[in-house]
Formats: sequence, structure tokens, C-alpha cells
Amino acid sequence: MEKGAIIKHDIKKSPRTGSWRYMKPEVDKDKCIGCATCVPFCPEASITVNSEQKSVNNKKKSKGVAEIDYEFCKGCGVCAQVCPVKAILMKKN
Amino acid sequence: MNKNLSKHLAPGHSACAGCAFPSIVRTILGEATTPVVISNATGCLEVTSTIYPYTAWNVPYIHSAFENAAATISGVERAYLAMKKKGKIKKKIKFVVFGGDGGTYDIGLQSLSGALERGHDFLYVCYDNGGYMNTGNQRSSATPYGAGTETTPLGKESFGKVETRKSLMEIVAAHRISYAAQANVSNLADLKTKAKKALSVSGPSFLLVFSPCTNNWKFPTSQYVAISKLASETNFWPLYEIENGKYKLNFEPKTLKPVAEFLKTQGRFKHLFSEKNKLVLGQIQKKVNSEFAKIASLCGLL
Repeated sequence: MEKGAIIKHDIKKSPRTGSWRYMKPEVDKDKCIGCATCVPFCPEASITVNSEQKSVNNKKKSKGVAEIDYEFCKGCGVCAQVCPVKAILMKKN
Repeated sequence: MNKNLSKHLAPGHSACAGCAFPSIVRTILGEATTPVVISNATGCLEVTSTIYPYTAWNVPYIHSAFENAAATISGVERAYLAMKKKGKIKKKIKFVVFGGDGGTYDIGLQSLSGALERGHDFLYVCYDNGGYMNTGNQRSSATPYGAGTETTPLGKESFGKVETRKSLMEIVAAHRISYAAQANVSNLADLKTKAKKALSVSGPSFLLVFSPCTNNWKFPTSQYVAISKLASETNFWPLYEIENGKYKLNFEPKTLKPVAEFLKTQGRFKHLFSEKNKLVLGQIQKKVNSEFAKIASLCGLL
């Protein structure tokens, strides 16, 4: 119930900020080492490290690889900038 | 969407692409071991995270006005204590305030001082982006010397702000609270330990966190981490903590860079690199050196 000025968090009501994007970050899964450096810096909390993906093109990934949720990603490019192995590239949306 | 990170502040907020404070808020609240109640001063964080009918906050949150975030949380905390005494609430709750530098250094200073003095059990976090960014970059008392803003415009007669920024840490330390620290968004490991300490003390604690603003400092959206890193590596923003009156320096750059390295990354300081403003640049370096020397001597390093 919503009473007065009190509103409850409901992600369904949220604006889909992915529409702001004009540059799109793409993870190069071959290069990604799953270090999760990019994860806490993302302003939209759009990045998760998929620890279940243990191999890409027969290459072993002990920590998994980063995955980006494009529903909220605004395309700021912070993830690409902080990546220590430059595994995230900014491409035109 | 990262479920773990969006436990307190979810995405869907309308902060600028490449804004620094979501990461600050998530890192600090991620260290909380008890439920939290948030109070927020008017500012970027407030207007972007609570656009009706949506709220990005997954935790109880209250905003009442610009100047009274600390006073609001004082009331909430006392109400909690009263209800606890009556047995209506059993669990332990921690109270956290977020305010920008406008709502902390200038407009909310009085209520912050009052709340610190009364000793309420809360953590005040000030994310410092050096100006009123929400309304389009007006100067605040946290704006650094020489920065061009809307109210300190650049021109033939003016090189930007002529006053030195206020030292809020000294003002807060003067309240003799048990924990206060200066942190930086680029160093999340350090911010985490400080948040943990600040949340574990009973009574007031304070965190001042450096938060670059892509729009009004005029730098590309991807650069906030790199720029805040430079701020600490040039001693423009030293990282230290004051625990029970004892100062401790938490970070020393391996090779100290000149402050110009930090200034040249931003459009608001672009004018300082002209021949005419050479003296101002020298002044800034001098101010940074003397400010750091003061802190270093308080930490017992000089």
C-alpha cells in the first residue's frame, strides 16, 4: 500500500536508462580475466561476473567473465577505462 | 543488474552517465551489518534517485530539506530509541546521512554541527564534488581555489574562485567525535575499511568522500576513477582518518605528481594553463603543499 508521500521501491516503475546510451561497452570474453575491477565502479550496477562460465573458446576462466546488463547501462565507459586488461571496448550503439 | 550491489541503491536512478556517487553509496552501505535508515540532504543524489513515482532506494529513506539532513536523522534516531525503550522495535538499526558538499559545507553545516555535538548514533557521509552541481555548477565553500564556475566566471579580470576551500575535516574534528575520515572513490578498498570503522562506532562518525563530477568539472564520462586517483596521487586529496583524536595517513603516493597533472584533466581549470595565469597555478601548488604538510604533521610524519 502506498500512503501519502511514502513510495515503495519497485524496479518495474524505473526508467530504463539504457536508452541514454550512445556508446556501448562490449566485453571481449577471450581477454576478460574475471577480476571484477569494473563491477563496483559501474554507476548503474550493471555488471556481474558470471562465475559459472569456466571456459571461453577452450580457454580456462578460473574466475568467470564479466557480463553487462544493457537495460540500465548508460554507456559512460568507466568499465572500459578501469579494466586492467582492456577487455571492454566501447562501440557505437 | 547486479543483485548484490543494488541491495540498497538500485539502478534506474537518473544520475549522469559516469557519475561517482552511486559507487560511494553502494560501497558504504555494503559494509552495514544491520538494517539502515537513510536521510538525504537536497542535492544531486536526492533529485536523481527519487523521481516520482519511482525510488531507487531499497531501504527506508527520508528527505525533508536542504539544510536539515542531520537534524532529520537526529529526530529519527531519537524516535527509534524511544520505541526501543517501549519494546516496539527490537533490532539494531544504523542511521546514515548522505549529503553533497552544498548540503554539508554550507547549508547544512549548522544542523550537522548540532547533531555531532548531541552525539546521535549516526554516520554522516559527505560526497564532495566541489559545487552546486545539481543546479548547474555554482561555487560552494568546497570549490577549490582557481576553479571556474557559474558564479565565479572566467574572463579578463577573473581567474575563477579567489577563496581557498574550507577544511571541513577540521571543523568536524573539533567536535571530538570518535571517528572521522577522508576517503576517495578511486580507492574502494580504503573506503570500505573506513565505512566499516565508521559504522561500528556508537555515536556520530563522519566520512568525507571525493566525488568527481563529469558534467561540471568538464571531463569525459569515462574518467571519474582516473581523475580521483590523480587527486590522491598529487596530494590534492590526501587520505587520512582521525580515530579518537589520533590522525593517521592511509595513503602515500609512490611518486608524488605535481598538482597540474590533476588540474589539466578538467575543463574547469583549463584557463590556468595560459601564460597569464601561471602565478595562480603556482599558488595552487603552494596551497596543496602547505595543506598536506599540516596534515602530515598532525599524523606525526614531519
